[in-house]
Amino acid sequence: MSNLPPPFDLLPFLLQGLYITVIITLGGCAVAIFMSVLFGAWSKSTDPILRWLSAIYITVFRGASALILLYWFYFAMPELTNIRLDAITTGILVLGANVGAYGAEVVRASLEAVPKGQYQAAAALNLSRWQTLRYIIFPQAILSMIPPFGNLMIELLKGTALVSTITVTDLTLQGKFLRDDTHRSFEIFGLLLLIYFVLSMTISAVFRVLEHRHSQGRDYGGGN
Amino acid sequence: MWKWDVVWQVMPDILSGLVVTLEAVAGGMVLALVLGLLWAVMRRSKSHYLSWPAWAVVEFVRSTPLLVQLFFVYYVMIDVVGRGFSPLMTGILVLGVHYSCYTAEVYRAGLDGIARGQWNAAKALNLTPYQTYRYVILPQAIPPILPNLGNYLIAMLKEAPLLSTITVLEILNEAKIFGNEHYRYLEPLTIVGVLFILLSLLAGLSVEWLRKRTAAMTS
Repeated sequence: MSNLPPPFDLLPFLLQGLYITVIITLGGCAVAIFMSVLFGAWSKSTDPILRWLSAIYITVFRGASALILLYWFYFAMPELTNIRLDAITTGILVLGANVGAYGAEVVRASLEAVPKGQYQAAAALNLSRWQTLRYIIFPQAILSMIPPFGNLMIELLKGTALVSTITVTDLTLQGKFLRDDTHRSFEIFGLLLLIYFVLSMTISAVFRVLEHRHSQGRDYGGGN
Repeated sequence: MWKWDVVWQVMPDILSGLVVTLEAVAGGMVLALVLGLLWAVMRRSKSHYLSWPAWAVVEFVRSTPLLVQLFFVYYVMIDVVGRGFSPLMTGILVLGVHYSCYTAEVYRAGLDGIARGQWNAAKALNLTPYQTYRYVILPQAIPPILPNLGNYLIAMLKEAPLLSTITVLEILNEAKIFGNEHYRYLEPLTIVGVLFILLSLLAGLSVEWLRKRTAAMTS
C-alpha cells in the first residue's frame, strides 16, 4: 500500500476516514452547543410549555441511547415520515442532539449557580429577561460550563465511531474495511485507538486554553 | 405507518434480547466495580510501578471509543488468538474494563474525601494497608459514592446496544434482524427506543432514591 514500515503502512488508508470523523465531530459539536443552550435556557423558562419541551427533549435524547437513536432516525423515521436524511447528516444531528441533552443539564446547572442577587440586580436595572440572560447571567455562567463541555466534546468524538454502523466511512469503518481485507486486527485497531486518543487529547487541550482565556481577570471561580 | 400486528410479532424477540442486554450490563458492572477499585487503590500507591500503569490505562481507555475497543478485542481474538471468548463474553469483558476506568475515578474521589486523620489513625494502630482499606477507609468511602456508581451503571446500560456490532444477540440486534427479515424497522426500533427510555428513567429514579438514602445515612 505504501513504503512505510508496518503498522504505519496502514495509515494512509485509515486517514481517509479521519476527515469524516473530524467533520462529524465539528458538526455535532455545533449542534450540541446550540441544543444545550436552547434547551438549557428553556428548562429555566417561566413558560411551562417550554419547560416541558425541554424535559421531553432531555429524557428522550439522553434515555434512548446514542446507537438506538442513530438507527431510529436512519432506518425507522423514513418509514414514518418519508423524510430520508443521508447518513452523515443523520450522524451529525443525532449525535449532536444526544450530547446536547447532556449539555442542556450542564447549562441549566450553570445558570442555577449564578447568585440570585445578579438576577435581582438585573431586574432592578429594568433589563428584559433576554437582556438579563445575554448580558448578566450568561457571561458569568459560561466559565463553569467550559470544563464539563470539554468532557462532553470528548464523549461526542468517541460517539462519532457509531456512524460507522450506518454506513458512514469514518475512521472506524475504514479500519473495519481494512481488517476484512488484511486481518491485521491488532495493528489496525491499535492504531485507531491511538488516533482517537490523540484527537481526545487535542480537544482537552483546546478546552484548557478556553478555560484559561475565560478566567482572565476574574478573582473567583476559575478552575478549582 | 404504525402497524400493531408487527409489534406483537417482534415483541418476543425483543424481550429475549433485553434479557441478554441486562445480562451483559450485570456482568460488566460486577467487573467494573471490582477492577475500578483496583485501579483507584493502585493510583494511590506510593510505588510508581503501580500508580503509573493504573493512570495510563484509565486515561487511555476513557479517551477512546468503546466501539473501537470492542472491535479491537473481538477481531484480535479471531485473527490473532483464534476464537477465544464468545461474543457475549467479549462484550462483558470490554464493557467491564471500559467502565472500570470511570468507576476508578468515582472511587478515587470517594477515597480523597476521607479525612487524613483516618489514614493516620489506622497507621497509629499499626494496621496493614489491606486492613486500613478493609476496616477503616472503604466502610466510610463506599456509601456516599454509591449514587455515582449507579450513574455509571445507567451509562453502561445505554452503551450496551453497541454489543450488537460484535454479533451479540442483544435487544438492538434482535430488532435489526427482524427489520432485515421483514423490511420493517419502525416498530422494532421504536419499541427498543421506548423500552430504553423507560429503563433509564427507572434507573435514574432508583439512583435518586439511593442518593437521598445515603445522604440521610451520612448526615
